[in-house]
Amino acid sequence: MEPSRHLPVTLSVNGSQYPILIEPRRTLLDALRHDLGLTGAKKVCDMGDCGACTVIVDGKAMYACLLLAVDCDDREITTIEGLATGNELDPVQEAFIRADAFQCGFCTSGQIMSLRALLDANPEPDDDQILRAVTGNLCRCGAYPNILKAGRLAADLQAQAASNGQ
Amino acid sequence: MKPFDFARPETIEDAVAMLDARPAGHANGSALLAGGTDLLTLMKADLSAPDRLIDIKRLAELDNRIEEDEEGLTIGALVTLAQLEEDPRVTALYPALAEASSLAATPQLRHMATIGGNLLQRPRCWYFRNPHVHCWLKGGDECQARQGENQRHAIFDISPCVAVHPSDPATALLALDATVRLRGAAGERELPIADFFAPPTAERCTETIIRGDELIVAVRLPAAQGWRSTYLKAMDRKVWAFALVGVAAALRVDEGRVIDARLALGGVAPIPWRAEAAERLLAGSDISAEVISHAAEAALDGAQPLAKNAYKILLAKALVRRALMALSG
Ligand SMILES: Cc1cc2nc3c(=O)[nH]c(=O)nc-3n(C[C@H](O)[C@H](O)[C@H](O)COP(=O)(O)OP(=O)(O)OC[C@H]3O[C@@H](n4cnc5c(N)ncnc54)[C@H](O)[C@@H]3O)c2cc1C
Ligand code: SF4
Ligand code: FES
Ligand code: FES
Repeated sequence: MEPSRHLPVTLSVNGSQYPILIEPRRTLLDALRHDLGLTGAKKVCDMGDCGACTVIVDGKAMYACLLLAVDCDDREITTIEGLATGNELDPVQEAFIRADAFQCGFCTSGQIMSLRALLDANPEPDDDQILRAVTGNLCRCGAYPNILKAGRLAADLQAQAASNGQ
Repeated sequence: MKPFDFARPETIEDAVAMLDARPAGHANGSALLAGGTDLLTLMKADLSAPDRLIDIKRLAELDNRIEEDEEGLTIGALVTLAQLEEDPRVTALYPALAEASSLAATPQLRHMATIGGNLLQRPRCWYFRNPHVHCWLKGGDECQARQGENQRHAIFDISPCVAVHPSDPATALLALDATVRLRGAAGERELPIADFFAPPTAERCTETIIRGDELIVAVRLPAAQGWRSTYLKAMDRKVWAFALVGVAAALRVDEGRVIDARLALGGVAPIPWRAEAAERLLAGSDISAEVISHAAEAALDGAQPLAKNAYKILLAKALVRRALMALSG
């Protein structure tokens, strides 16, 4: 057997289907960035030590650098590119801008995905829950206080949007 | 990462057969892939280079559920640390395991990490993880940590390797008297977790006695009626760090008298460490600050720190005292 043939995989990302042919050793992160051109998830440590690659897989925040793409072929993947609807930002994105929750921005898409996953599971989190949700996202700029504020604001914005929608 | 084949067997039997067989060109053999959070870090550093990965996450017979019956709890090998952290039966009856799981790694990793893979994760010794160092555990002649940077290493010297076992849940499972159910070519066997872990020897440079053709099928916990338990973890930051020292304590107390006690330490030896002398001291005693103090001393009896990690003795004693105080209060 010739090792490492390419395998056909269909990635379901942000509601679209992407049939691709990849090597088994390709991580989800590399597949997103190189095969699909979705560079919102960042490749920083590539070892599970930073959180910049956080995406949502089947409703849960995970590190795309420690998942194999072949392993994701029937899972629902959401990346930061999938949050906004047209020109309308997701409440978490909007909250990050309003609360000034980033400096260099390197960790930001990961932080936003972790908080998106939190609000999907728990629309009214308390401060401890917000902080806990981003414990796996390192911010070297130390924007944590404003990330907490953004988490609170995002929950409010989302609640407002829901009540306006009714 | 070296190239490899990817297989997705339908049954445990097929997975076991694949582990057992080495097709042509497969000199390095196969490895099982669960959450991948340890295996992929090893493969990226070329510390592991299997010719084939066998994905076990979709094996119908391998459970990702937690089942309760009169004999206790059966935790399927694919149950994640996130499930263990949240499951109401685990938090109510086996708090040491829920606490250990919730203090491990990060939310993202806990969603991916399975309990089977957690028990089999490899040491975090920086010499071991460095692809340029060929240390004893990787088949080299020498343990660089013994005379080197050994701040994070073992204080109980029971193997040529002084790396510590990195798992938090394993320490809790030892105090909770868990058993591990394995399935391989020779059938199924179930072992006390204390026998599952074994310090690395020259013949077997790993931390467990699992055979090359075996899978962990489940982890089982005995009924917990009357027991209280807790897990405390000292880290060099508040989250996302491996334990400097972890302590899991379980007590069965009746009107202030300890009927039974189990105490396990993490971060002190190449395997989760059972403090039996302390357990004997506690069993039958009327719990008091004095008894607790004696137990903490006994738990660290025989510890031989390396040049840079004597602090772990104080840390471990303090955590033992704190854990026992919390359970007796
Ligand atoms: C940044 C980081 C921080 C971490 N911090 C902590 C921490 O604080 N505390 C802690 O306890 N852990 C920590 N971990 C380790 C993490 O919990 C483990 O990597 C994880 O539990 C392994 O499970 P997995 O399913 O991902 O295993 P995998 O990586 O898929 O597998 C690990 C090993 O187990 C084998 N295996 C897996 N399942 C089975 C099975 N059912 N039968 C037989 N063999 C099997 C695999 O072949 C492989 O050899 C950390 C990891 C990272 C990357
Ligand atoms: S402690 Fe173990 S893993 Fe670390 S250098 Fe020594 S032999 Fe290698
Ligand atoms: S790139 Fe995945 S955690 Fe850092
Ligand atoms: S904003 Fe720079 S790392 Fe977080």
